[in-house]
Amino acid sequence: MTPAVQNASVIVAKYPELFHGSRSARRKAFAAASVALALFVFGCWYLDFSLERLIVGTRQLGWFILLMIPPDPGSSLPTYLHAMGETLSIAFLGTLLGALLALPFSLLAAKNIIPSIFLRFPVRRFLDSIRGIDTLIWALVWINVVGLGPFAGVLAIATSDFGAFGKLFSEAIEGGDHKQVEGIRAAGGSKLHEIRFGLMPQVLPVLAGQILYYIESNTRSATIIGIVGAGGIGLQLAEQIRVLEWQKVSTLVLMILIAVAVIDFISSRLRFAIIGRAGEARH
Amino acid sequence: MTISLSSYPPQQIAALEAAYDATVARKRLRFIAGLIVFVGLLIVAGLGAEVAPKTFVEKIGNFVGYFDRILNLDTGKRVWTDPAEWFWGWQKWLKLLAETLLLSYVGTGIGAVGAFCLNFFAAANVSPHPVARFVVRRFLEFCRTVPGIVFALIFVIAFGLGPMAGVLAIAIHSVGALGKLYSEQVENIDMKPLEGVRSTGASWMSSMRFAVLPQVMPGFASYSLLRFEINVREASVMGFVGAGGIGQELVVAVRKFFYSDVSAILLMIIITIFLIDVCTGWLRGRLFGPGRRS
Repeated sequence: MTPAVQNASVIVAKYPELFHGSRSARRKAFAAASVALALFVFGCWYLDFSLERLIVGTRQLGWFILLMIPPDPGSSLPTYLHAMGETLSIAFLGTLLGALLALPFSLLAAKNIIPSIFLRFPVRRFLDSIRGIDTLIWALVWINVVGLGPFAGVLAIATSDFGAFGKLFSEAIEGGDHKQVEGIRAAGGSKLHEIRFGLMPQVLPVLAGQILYYIESNTRSATIIGIVGAGGIGLQLAEQIRVLEWQKVSTLVLMILIAVAVIDFISSRLRFAIIGRAGEARH
Repeated sequence: MTISLSSYPPQQIAALEAAYDATVARKRLRFIAGLIVFVGLLIVAGLGAEVAPKTFVEKIGNFVGYFDRILNLDTGKRVWTDPAEWFWGWQKWLKLLAETLLLSYVGTGIGAVGAFCLNFFAAANVSPHPVARFVVRRFLEFCRTVPGIVFALIFVIAFGLGPMAGVLAIAIHSVGALGKLYSEQVENIDMKPLEGVRSTGASWMSSMRFAVLPQVMPGFASYSLLRFEINVREASVMGFVGAGGIGQELVVAVRKFFYSDVSAILLMIIITIFLIDVCTGWLRGRLFGPGRRS
């Protein structure tokens, strides 16, 4: 035995708790890990995972990828560009509409504005349930109301953003500094004055940053709501996948990637311009 | 009592006022220019998305009406007067909800393992090679930018209808999203333990194992739980394209106008998501202490 290893074993013998941890904690961790693993294996079995299917599918997938190269829109590039424009419009309008609707509700959900839990609680649960439903489901509902097309998409994005913004805005409002509000109150301002002149100037830049961030992430959601018929590029994508036009599929995916990257770039620049680098970590 | 206030000489005040006015004017100009651009964008977007306020006003009654309808049974009574009739398919639906949860669990699991293997290559401070870092980063970006449901559409064709396509789609999307979060966590570590382990002559592998991993593990687990929450939501719509879970039932109910079924399934989804949110929040709080909610 080399001196180093001898030393090591001496140290291990001297401070067992540093090297082994407590026995019950280890047993607990082991039990939790086995339960998690068992559930995972059960899940694979229950969801029909089989090596055979995986191999067959992967082979097909490889074949599809070969067929996708090179991306080629054929003669439908104008259609695709139009659909992309539609998607961007949906994201932009939907986010703004959602934010506009969420603002009054977020005030009702903020602790420092509505101290009574009886009003706050239902408003919050209401916002939670709206947020809990996926944008695609909202799109289905709105298609039933205003018919197929991008307008349903705008409303779907607006609705699910309403839930998300309501929560985010109310958190931003709760995070506002109270001193300004007290100042307004001391000067004899009413409750509305307190909100308008004490709180809003503090939180507006934060809200603007969040809205920009959501426009960016909604570009992603807007690309897919077309799958259920709510307009935009998702409709084209779903169609081309169904008819196995792989070159067109890869063109569309490429277009989505580029659009998201561009929006990403623009909105993060704007965000930094509005709230500075500090706003980066807020999301 | 007299108040004496010292004041600047008039020409200095005039200069200050001029500077102030110029600043305000410039600010105002910028604001107006921004406003014009904004309104222009709004109009263009409105045209692009075929916004029709008239249709909206005409049809908004439908929205209320729709909720009115989904809260009515076929017999015309309110749904809550006859829960047995409302939730007539609860056994099938519960099974599908369990499938949805399992789908997101397995998908998150595979995604977390994949992200775990890749993130060390993507983190700036520990990546073994800049080329590997570049490639892995672009790959992660691709995985998270393509929406999960698009992967699901393609996988349904490659792997056949069923939850397997959904699991793989969720897994790929999770690799992208978690890989980024994990690597950011690694980038924020304290570098001293790493230097210590390295100075003993440890390989890259063992320095990751003994210096990096103990620092980032709680963060990794917390992000994975958060991802699981998000994936449950995502899994609830995977059925729309035939990739398993409760979504299939929902889309059928909506398309075939089984109104009371729509409300029953929606309610079950909302409650499930709510419960998952509460449970994971509680678990995160227990594992990592409070304040880790976001």
